[in-house]
Formats: sequence, C-alpha cells, structure tokens
Amino acid sequence: MSNSLTTEVEVRERRLKSIISFAGKASELQAGAVSQKKVEQPRCFSQCSDCAQMRAGTICSHIRDAAVVVHSPMGCFANNPANDEINKSGSLGRGQKPFKTNVVCSNISEKETIYGGLKKLREAIDEAYKRFHPSAIFVQSSCAAGIVGDDIESVADEKQAEYGIPVVPVYCEGFKSKVWSSGFDAGYHALLKRIVKEPEKKQPDLVNIFNFMGSDTFSEILGKIGLRPNYLVPLADIDTIARMTEAACSTSICETLGTYITDVLEKQYGVPHVHATAPYGIKWTDAWYREVARLTGKSDIVEEVIAKEHERIAPKLEELRKELKGLRIYIYAGDSYAHNMASIASDLGIEIAGITTLHHDMKTDGEPVEHSSLQEMINVAGDIEHFSVCEKQPYEVIKILKQVKPDVVIIRHMHLPALSAKLGIPSILEGEVNVSAGYDGIITLGERLKNIRKFKRVLTTLEEYNEFPYTKQWLEDERLFI
Amino acid sequence: MGGIIQEAKYSCALGSQQSVLAIPRAIPIIHAGPGCSARQFSYLSAGAGYQGEGYAGGAQIPCTNSTQNEVVFGGEKKLGKLIDATLDVMDGDLYVVMSGCTAGIVGDDVKQVAEDHSTKEKKVIGVDTAGFRGNNYKGHNLVLEALIEQFVGDVDEEIEPEKGLVNVFSVVPYQDVYWRGDLEEIKRILTGIGLKVNILFGYGSEGVSEWKNIPNAQLNIVLSPWVGLSAAKLCQRKYGTPFLHEPVLPVGLKATSAFLRRVGEALELDTDKVESFIKYEEKRYKKYFVSIGDFLADYSSYIPFDAYVSADDIYGVGISDFLENELGIEVVKFYDSSEPNNASKDRIKEKLESIKEGLGERVVFEGDNALIKEDIKRNIDERKTKSVIFGSSWDRELAYNTKSVLIYLSVPILEKVIVSKSYVGYNGGLQLIEDLYSGVLNKGFIAHTTVEK
Repeated sequence: MSNSLTTEVEVRERRLKSIISFAGKASELQAGAVSQKKVEQPRCFSQCSDCAQMRAGTICSHIRDAAVVVHSPMGCFANNPANDEINKSGSLGRGQKPFKTNVVCSNISEKETIYGGLKKLREAIDEAYKRFHPSAIFVQSSCAAGIVGDDIESVADEKQAEYGIPVVPVYCEGFKSKVWSSGFDAGYHALLKRIVKEPEKKQPDLVNIFNFMGSDTFSEILGKIGLRPNYLVPLADIDTIARMTEAACSTSICETLGTYITDVLEKQYGVPHVHATAPYGIKWTDAWYREVARLTGKSDIVEEVIAKEHERIAPKLEELRKELKGLRIYIYAGDSYAHNMASIASDLGIEIAGITTLHHDMKTDGEPVEHSSLQEMINVAGDIEHFSVCEKQPYEVIKILKQVKPDVVIIRHMHLPALSAKLGIPSILEGEVNVSAGYDGIITLGERLKNIRKFKRVLTTLEEYNEFPYTKQWLEDERLFI
Repeated sequence: MGGIIQEAKYSCALGSQQSVLAIPRAIPIIHAGPGCSARQFSYLSAGAGYQGEGYAGGAQIPCTNSTQNEVVFGGEKKLGKLIDATLDVMDGDLYVVMSGCTAGIVGDDVKQVAEDHSTKEKKVIGVDTAGFRGNNYKGHNLVLEALIEQFVGDVDEEIEPEKGLVNVFSVVPYQDVYWRGDLEEIKRILTGIGLKVNILFGYGSEGVSEWKNIPNAQLNIVLSPWVGLSAAKLCQRKYGTPFLHEPVLPVGLKATSAFLRRVGEALELDTDKVESFIKYEEKRYKKYFVSIGDFLADYSSYIPFDAYVSADDIYGVGISDFLENELGIEVVKFYDSSEPNNASKDRIKEKLESIKEGLGERVVFEGDNALIKEDIKRNIDERKTKSVIFGSSWDRELAYNTKSVLIYLSVPILEKVIVSKSYVGYNGGLQLIEDLYSGVLNKGFIAHTTVEK
C-alpha cells in the first residue's frame, strides 16, 4: 500500500488552473485555456457554494463495507441523511442490495478547537470500528480540524496498526479550495494512497468506469464489444477498489469526475486511460468505442458494432428530432458534464440557448491543454454564444435565463432546479447520469425532454405566486455579476 | 458537549441561518467556508420535509465562500465587500451576518464588520454562529439575542406597554418541521382570547416591524423548556417586560385550554372573553374526538398503547403530555435529542414528572439516534405492546420491523412533503389523532381478523 504519491493532492485551482467565474463565448474560454491567458473575472458578490468535503463524501460514503469518520462539528455532518438515502436508492437503481452508510461524526466542539481534537478522533475511530466492523475506515478532515492543525495522518497510522485494516486520511477541508470538485480528487487520492494495490492478475475484458451512482447501462454498452464494466467508486466494496489496477483500461462519465484517478492509474500502475471524451452523443460515443476497443484488442469488431448501433437508433432519433424541433434548452451543470449534454443536444437537433458550468478546469489531468471536453463540445455543437462559469450563483443565472428564455433547462445539481422552476421554465434534474450514456442515452434524454414540457403548467402557477429576493436595481443592472 | 454521533437529529449553530430566513424579508449573510450554508439547507429544509428555499434561502444565500486567503489573512475585508454588494443585490428589510468555523477560529469580528457596513436604510447585524459553538438550538438562541441586542436595540424612555400585546418565543424554525403551522396555530389561539401577537417568524408574521415592536409588549411568552428563555430574560432586563415560561408546548384540548387560562390570568384578561373562545374551541374539538371513537372501538386490537417519543424537548414534552393525559397512551421513554444543559435537564425532568408520575425518570438525554433506536427496540421486544414511535426518517426501518406506527416529529424527514401541518393547539391535537390512527391502517398491519397476526 505504498506509492510515491504526496500526502495531499494539489487543489484544482493550482493543479488545473480551474476558475469559477467567466462570461463570454465558449470559444473564448477555450482560447484562454490554450494561450494560458487569465480569463477569470473576479466577483465581489457571491452566493453560497459547495465544498470539497461534500464531494469527498461522494467518493468515501458509498463504499459498501467501509466506514467513514467525519472529523468535524455537527454541521459538516448534515449531508448524512441524504447520503444514507442515496445509498439505498442508488443500490436499488443498480439492481443491488441496499445498504446503510457506516458514518459517525466526531462532533468537534469549542474545547477541541482550543486543545486539539485528536482524542475525540481516536474515540470516533474506535466507535466506528466497534459499530460497523468495516474493511477500511476513512477519516474526513474539516475546516475546524484543518485550521486547528489536527494531525489526522498520525492517528490514522496508529489506528491502522491497531486494527489491521486501512485507516485512510482524506484531506478535504472546505476552505482549501474554491472548487468543490477538488474533493473528488481528495477522495481518490486517499484510495490511491492506502487502498489500491498492484494487480495480482490482469483482467483483459474489465473496464474501470468512474461514475456516481446510477443504473447499470455500461454492461450493455461494453457488452457489445465483449467487455465488462467495473463500476467505481460508489456501491463498490473495498476489495473491488483495491483491485482496480487489474482492469484493461479506465474511463469516466465525465472528465470533471474521473481524470485525476484515471491519470494516476495510467502513470503509476500502467492501466491506460481512455483518451476520448465520455460516451455522450453519437460522435463522442463512436470515438470512445474506438479508443476502448484499441486498448482492449477489439478494434476488429468495433466498426461493425458502431455501424449497427447507428442503424438501430436511427428511426427513433429521426422521430425525436421531428418532435423536438424548435426546442431551445439551457444547460446548467458540470464542468465537463455540461459539455456531455451539449453533445447529445446537437444530435437531437435542438438549439442550445446557452450553458453555465459550475467551474472550469483550464486543463485536464493527463491531457495537453488543446484537448478538452470544451473543445470537443465546440467541435460537435458549435460555438456557444452565452457561455458562463459560476459556482451556482442564482443572482447571475436568473439574468441569463430571463434573457435567453429557454424552453427547458438541464440541471445536474439538486436544489438548483428551483431557480428555473420559479421562472416558469421546466427543468430536467440530470441526477442519474448513466442513463444518458451511449447511443441509447441520446434517445433517453430526448424522451425526457419531450415529456418534461408538461411540467410547464404547474410552473406557470408557481411563477405567478413567487417573489424573488433580488433588487430591481440589480435585475436592471447590465452587468451579469459584480 | 455531545459525543460521537452516527445518526444526527440536529446540525450546528450555523443552522440558525434558517431562523433568519424564517423572518419575512430577513436575509442571512454567511461568513464561512464554501459548503457550510448549502449543508444547512440540505439538512434543515430539503431533508426536513422539503420545506423549500423560501424567499432568500437555498443557493441564494450570500456567502463569502472563504478559502485559504481568509483563513491566513483574516476575512473581514472580504466580508465587508460582500455586505456592501448584498445591500445592492438582495432586497431585504434586515441583514444578519453569521460566521462559520473558519471565521470563528480565525477570530473575525462579524458584529463589528456588520455595524461598520450597516446603512441608515438597511440595517446589518452580526452574530458568531461558528459550528463548534454548539448545535442549532443554541444557534437559534444566539440569533434571538443578537436580534434583540443589535436590531431591536435600546429604548430611550420608560415604556408604556401596549395592552394585550405579547411576543412569542417558541419552536425553532425548520428544525421543527411543523414550525409554520405551529406558529399559525399559536397565533390563532392567542388572538382568539383577545391578544395581539408578535409571532416573529413565519408566514403569519409582519416581519421586522413586529421585531421592532418587541419592547412594547405587555408579556413575553416562552413556549419551550429552554430555547428562547435567554431572549425573554434579555427583554426583561432591557425593556422590563415580564415573561411567562410555559415549558410544555400545548397539544390537544386539555393542555391548550389550560395554557390559554394561564395566559389570561397572567395578563388579567376578561375571563368571559377567554372562556367563550375556549368553549367554542372545545365544543368542536370534542365532536371531532368522539367521531374517532367508532374507529378506536372497532380496531382496539391494533391501536397502540405504548409510545416512544424521540424528539427535541420543545415538542417532545408537549406530545408526551397529550399522549399520557388525553389519549391514554403510555410514554415508555422520552428521548430528548436537543442537548439541554444540566439546569434545563432538571427542569425537563420536573415537568415530565408533573405530567405523569414516573415520567421524569423515563427521559433519556441522547443525541445519537442509532443508540436511541437500539433502546426502543429492546423495550418493544420486552413489552410486546403495539407501539407508536414519534421520530424521524432514521426510525423508518425500526417502525416497520416492529409493526409500530411512525409519526414524524423530528428531522431528518425524507419521505414526507410537509406544508402547513401542525400538532400544536386544538387543531394540532386533532391532526395528530388523524395521523396516529391512520398509521394503524398502514399496509400490512391490519390482518382482517380480530387479533393482529
């Protein structure tokens, strides 16, 4: 379990020059990335964001036989009921047995911020071991623990020796990064440091799929060329995670989620990373299939599969294109997942009225700056006139939506659809992302877009009754943000 | 302070951002790390019966989203800029700056920064609600005190109280999932006996003008064992307003009528007016109550005679009183999850004892629902009596496995959408009866024979 990785992974604003503020054209953002010119436009008014600790929880809290100790005051633990619910619904969605989250909070109080919280942390780890008998214990740090300087690594070492299971520090303090996706990297980094092992034997037909929860759509997608998915990390168990190095290659449902770990797997363990954008939309799925096939020795059969798949979905796609003709959508998601949605939208022949991504990585782990999902998106969907980057910021997005007046908004994050709903605009919460992957994913999204238009009726009432908290002065101000 | 927690029933002091949001047109400004505010929303609104973001909540809350820079160099400057911008962007009547752990540890003086950036037209106040200072019940108290100190403020001359005007300090908004309905019912019954009520939070509140009117009240009513008590004491010191401490939230006919009579007495109200309202309310209540008698009689083999109340002490004590004294359901244990201090614990025990002999000994102070559940399970297995559990989503499986009725009384609640429901007062008692006995009919519990299989 030792490797050359540093204690912590660098946060995205340093490693990938990530930004959280931009407004312009998509092409201007990409040009800025390539020329490494500063494109970020600072903001003095901001609304509440999300933090890295929440995202690290996305990686650590849904492992079947692991336990998590959140070393924090109670407020940082407030996602736990929702996480528990996701474990149940996510398992059922995948066709697996539901399970409970094995999580405790050390409940840091004022005393620990003065004298340090390691005593409480030890007790919490002991309690987690006693209550859950886990195969591994993750210790998530927090702002309070981080600022006070609790040495969670030394306690993890001590408890690892005592219990004989990996006890894994996760450095995901919220204040360390303005980009919440840094928490994904912190979670993966923890796995790479203490869980992932050298392969005992390779499994040439196994493909690592880094995803969230979601349906088992990749068995069918990969099955067509004789391969199997290895879904990581949520819902997997510690043994599966430890043996991810046995796979033939790795890919993810979006670059924002997976490229840190797939790059380390390529460089440290020789598991190649699929150098193609995620399989969303026809052209991206074609390219992804070819790259996966190349890495797994399936090039001889892949072209026939692609041709057959195109033929298979063609009639339905044609029908949907007719039905959705004239539909204008807005995309509020990602980073890269917004690009995925744009790729599908271009296949459905619908107009993209604009896109807001929740941050932007100015480069992708393991890729030259010219290669980004943003560039690939521009290639398939054309340039996007109204393209902006902000970490949620409804005061900003409300202006865009009022201006571009889309028919439907596709939103990736819980709680953000309230904004478009109150403007009377139907939205699709793209929470289950596996269903939109591959050729069938295009049809699925098309059907959902078709049906969601009925949502407009109740929203008309909602819009009529609602009152927004923004001043007239602000709504009439020409600036998008300040 | 509390120990290790697996299944939480409260959040941290910053959770009281929801209390600010509960005041019409009040806007919180959070000085904390980037995820703090969103988490509170997730737990106390979406995770508490899908109560919604309200006017200025959810993703709309202004926040410094503090990172390394503010931790190393202090965040007062950034906060100052955020406040100025907030006054331009967010349309409110009052702005409350609230600090999280980062600002709390670094030592940013949010009260001072708020004062410096407050304008003549737009008042800004500040309160330190760093998560490590305690749970959101304590946070709610901190917010109440800050509002009175900094927004309501001092009064110059001696106050001539407005006759019949009362302020109510009671349930904690959002943390009490029924707060909206509860406060409406409390206001309704007090108005019914002839009072004018500053209810302070919720849809029935006039907003900040009510808060400004606090010093003019004749009486402060604290409807809770300890939350809100410090605010009432502060008002007594500042404005000379006496307070009536009612530790038991009135649920059902008996408790509500008795409560109204005590209020009437404290304010020397016209007895005829008080009694005529009580008479009218009791008459209709009794008709409703009797109407469920048929159901109770037919299904007596299925109705619960044991109760386990796992909730905060504001609601839990009131519900226990109703169960014991009106429905004849024995409260086997009351699990108080709100972390009262030792003096409050004694008061709660005393009050429970006065509700029912022996009940004071059957209260357990515990914040971890995982441990509470184990204890409930042990008791149900031992007593083998049909039970009702007053709890949260954490108790769903336990209720199902023990064939108990589950009534949601505490966060988290993830499988109910809550709008205007309340279990307080006359109407709340009837609502509780409806929910409790409907629970008996839950799928699979009735065997269509005379005994339960």
